[in-house]
Amino acid sequence: MIIRISDDALARALGADAIAAAFAKKGHEVQRTSSWGMHWLEPLVEVDGKGFGPATLADVDAILDGSSAKAIGVIADHPFIAGQERLTFRRAGRTRPTSLEDYEATGGWAGLRRARQIGSEAIVEEVLQSGLRGRGGAGFPAGIKWRTVMQAVAPQKYIVCNADEGDSGTFADRMLMEGDPYALIEGLAIAGEAVGANQGYIYCRSEYPDAIAKLNEALRLCRDIIAPFRCEVRMGAGAYVCGEETSLLNSLEGRRGEVRAKPPLPALEGLFGRPTVVNNVLTLAAVPHILSEGGAAAYDGLGMGRSKGTMPIQLAGNIKHGGLYEAAFGITLDDLINTIGGGTESGRPVKAVQVGGPLGAYLHPDQFDIRFDYEEYTKADALIGHGGITVFDDTADMGAMARFAMEFCAAESCGKCTPCRIGSTRGVELIDRIRAGGRQRDRLELTPQMHNARKDGGRGQDQEIALLTDLCETMKFGSLCALGGFTPYPVMSALQHWPEDFTGPPEQPAARVLDTSNA
Amino acid sequence: MGSKEQKIGEIIADHKTQEGAMLPILHDIQAEFGCVDADSELIVAEALNLSRAEVHGVVSFYHDFHPTADNRPVVQICRAESCKARGVESLMAQAQALAGDRVKLSTVYCLGLCSAGPNARVGDTLHARLDAAGLAQVIENAR
Repeated sequence: MIIRISDDALARALGADAIAAAFAKKGHEVQRTSSWGMHWLEPLVEVDGKGFGPATLADVDAILDGSSAKAIGVIADHPFIAGQERLTFRRAGRTRPTSLEDYEATGGWAGLRRARQIGSEAIVEEVLQSGLRGRGGAGFPAGIKWRTVMQAVAPQKYIVCNADEGDSGTFADRMLMEGDPYALIEGLAIAGEAVGANQGYIYCRSEYPDAIAKLNEALRLCRDIIAPFRCEVRMGAGAYVCGEETSLLNSLEGRRGEVRAKPPLPALEGLFGRPTVVNNVLTLAAVPHILSEGGAAAYDGLGMGRSKGTMPIQLAGNIKHGGLYEAAFGITLDDLINTIGGGTESGRPVKAVQVGGPLGAYLHPDQFDIRFDYEEYTKADALIGHGGITVFDDTADMGAMARFAMEFCAAESCGKCTPCRIGSTRGVELIDRIRAGGRQRDRLELTPQMHNARKDGGRGQDQEIALLTDLCETMKFGSLCALGGFTPYPVMSALQHWPEDFTGPPEQPAARVLDTSNA
Repeated sequence: MGSKEQKIGEIIADHKTQEGAMLPILHDIQAEFGCVDADSELIVAEALNLSRAEVHGVVSFYHDFHPTADNRPVVQICRAESCKARGVESLMAQAQALAGDRVKLSTVYCLGLCSAGPNARVGDTLHARLDAAGLAQVIENAR
């Protein structure tokens, strides 16, 4: 019998390797495939298209004789899968990640072959026509970026793939790199063909050892197919800010990952000062489909408004049915969390949802009718970011989460610009003071020598909150990049929707025990 | 010192043809010696025609590089939003007590297994869906 088990990092972290070995020991052929993306069912064992999960070693015999209670039926017909519109993840669960044979058999390299026939102008034209926007968070039209690099004149150009997926609540890049590495490589090669670059770099974070190993293996196997295009994987070194494109370029060059001021745009002066396309994993992985026959028009036909195509949405945190859900733009948060995600895993009511990673706003259940669309989210002072959704139940302390947002910014700030470097630390202190009920004047301030210090009773909570609001304003408009610029989103949204988590119940704003531990 | 210098020389030679070879070199040194110390910085600086200050600036910027070696086993625990939502913070006190001085607990922000937290990493092995007992086992087994 052929047994299929994912070798995705998540399945492996839950013991998939041992289960695969147990099946192999019983004399069955085990194929390691990519993950279907139904994470609550991992490790998911597939026998003749039927699934069993979450499997443990104790389930092996029952799965083999068909008596297992963990049967979920035909995987492809599962409502979680059947309801999706999978383009970028169309091979998820269906192929062996580094098998060239599987990749070819599922339409692999067709986009690259066609791209080579139609030439650079036509490629850029099709990417423009598809409406593809950068999936890293900013949503900038990919075709415009490509055109800028194509038109630049330089002896050397680069394609850089941003695989520094540091946002908590996101894992689509990781799943794609581990599950369908050739799709990403094909996307890079097409981008190279379009703009006239022969060298690509994939900058992957060091927290993803499995993804790096798979990419290296895939690159070794497909070297001759993508030639004369060359590609290399570079490993990050634990800096969150390197997910910002200019900081990433500095890191690739072997420098401190500090943000660069723009302009000049990386499209004109990027890696080593050369014209460079910097695109997210999901952006590049969507390209092979777009470049296949009729792909661009099909892509443009999906989605809503100016948000075209599909978005691989990641359901994470305290959610019953977490995993990867790729759907056309326009789906509501309520559908995603309550219908598809099945509510919280703890069974308690949903309190808050953070969309777009650590820099995304916390949304209140009252806002759940918001539709997944770049412009809709901007209007609600929120962001889609990389499409990660983290669910919190009613035990969450949103004041603590706001503090954590500032603390995270302080830990990960590159230090280049003041609002982010200093503002984040001041933000932590301010939130601590708000939660402690305000601020008393200290002894030094009260000494007669301190002529300019006020001798009043200090600042109350309201005044501290006004200060925090002002600080957030400064960070939002004064920071160089999204780290300092977007940290105010989680902070202010938490303050707006759950003020009681900052000030305590109205009648007794007593001092709380503060978490002063350093993470 | 002699053999260390030689080893670093070999590492640098391995990456000679790469553009922007600094990070790959530092990763290899960190993996080999458990740290990138002042001596290593000097050798790298000389080989890449940089000042030691420039190399130190890079080493001190990234969380993955350490100035001194710590021979204890390391358990990285994710304490980012998704793992917080799944209760990692309530496991930390017990984990710290169990780790004691034998195991180094370090915080990592996201291992990309956000639908199945709390998560931890030891070497290149990942652990997901940890509860108090699971995390205790990970810490006890860390070598």
